[in-house]
Amino acid sequence: MNKLLRIRNCFLTFFILFSVILASCRSGGKSENKSSDTVNVNKANAAVYEDIKQAEKIFYTLPSPLESAMLIKSAGALFDDNLLNAVENTKKYNTNKSMALNLGIYTCDLSFASLYDQTQLIIDYMNAAKKMADGLGILEAIEQDDIDKLEENIHNTDVIMEIVSQTYLNSNSYLEDNGQPAVAAIVLVGGWIEGLYISTRLVDMKDFNGNKLVGRIIDQKLSIDILINLLESSKGNPAIDELIGEVAKVKTIFDKITLKTSPVRPEYDQNANVTVLKSEVQANLTPEVFKELAAAVGEIRSTFVK
Amino acid sequence: MKIFRIIPLLIMFIIASGIVLNAQCKAFAKRTCLPELGAYTHDGNYHAAVLMEGEEAELYKTFYSGMEYRMSVCGDENLPPVEFTVLDVNKNILFSSKEANNAKTWDFKLQSSQQLRIVLKVNSSTQQGGTPASGCIAIMFGFKIKT
Repeated sequence: MNKLLRIRNCFLTFFILFSVILASCRSGGKSENKSSDTVNVNKANAAVYEDIKQAEKIFYTLPSPLESAMLIKSAGALFDDNLLNAVENTKKYNTNKSMALNLGIYTCDLSFASLYDQTQLIIDYMNAAKKMADGLGILEAIEQDDIDKLEENIHNTDVIMEIVSQTYLNSNSYLEDNGQPAVAAIVLVGGWIEGLYISTRLVDMKDFNGNKLVGRIIDQKLSIDILINLLESSKGNPAIDELIGEVAKVKTIFDKITLKTSPVRPEYDQNANVTVLKSEVQANLTPEVFKELAAAVGEIRSTFVK
Repeated sequence: MKIFRIIPLLIMFIIASGIVLNAQCKAFAKRTCLPELGAYTHDGNYHAAVLMEGEEAELYKTFYSGMEYRMSVCGDENLPPVEFTVLDVNKNILFSSKEANNAKTWDFKLQSSQQLRIVLKVNSSTQQGGTPASGCIAIMFGFKIKT
């Protein structure tokens, strides 16, 4: 009788485990983001998060390192290699957190160097990113073939950007598909902070008003709630919890920037075959708040690269 | 007591099946969604998931003024069509793929930077009582490189 009971209990345990695992496997881990609606978001963006519970899967996405570098370049900023994280620092990164952060940072630096045709730096930073990806155990993210192809096409920006995009996609898709969304989020945070760090350092305070780069920095206010939601979805992971604290400091400063946008009007441009989303924006970032933001970002970035 | 040896093996099998399914999404996204970006450079970010008929996914992203974007949405061939709708922070619909002949891509640019919300919905075609189909969906973004 006891034996029968034990067998029945075993089957019961098995079915409970089976159900739990099946539920967590489906939809790529849909439950991970459900607590995100508790985050205190700006009034302007609050409405957009209201229906969050309806969706089976929610993606919060930041500008990729490639896009961050493009935003800096399109603002007319000049290249300064002193701002990049030195490739010699790769040997200092031994933990998953530091390697993930610096995979984002080096990919941003690599993208920055690529857009400014810094041939030797492109190779150096691709190798640095490869070391971080290898250290994280990301298989086939950056292969020797990619580096060889990069060298062969070192003066072809389109091919270089394609390789950078592909290798970054290989890294973050590997992490997402292998149940490491927290590490993927940390990589994104590293790239985003690096883009913000480079932007704030390249602003000429003598040319502050109307500076396009300052406009790009103000735009990052739109991403701060997305970033917090992204991190909140992996809350409980010690590395993520630390980052939430650091990002909260940046959010406090971004909250001092006023940003008012008029309603968006989509208009189709038949000649260009593209929809133009028309709207006007009013923003107010004082030099004092900018300096505060630059100092906070610099402090966070120094903890990432140390 | 054989059961105690079988359970861990079954659990490992189930977990491995989930990983294989997700890995198929990566291959699907690269094979099906990426080419749709055409002359636009993929930003490198990866957004894919396994969904069933009738289910939805949402994506939140900031898009920047002065940039020219293309978004590409794909669904597995065994799924009914995937619709996508783009909304602003005030929930105004800016684009609906359904009203654009079930378009799979959308090209756009912005006068001022905006945070947008994209809702993806897998249509339902299975009759009541039938087994709903499931498969990968992916969304990718590309932008034009200005040198």
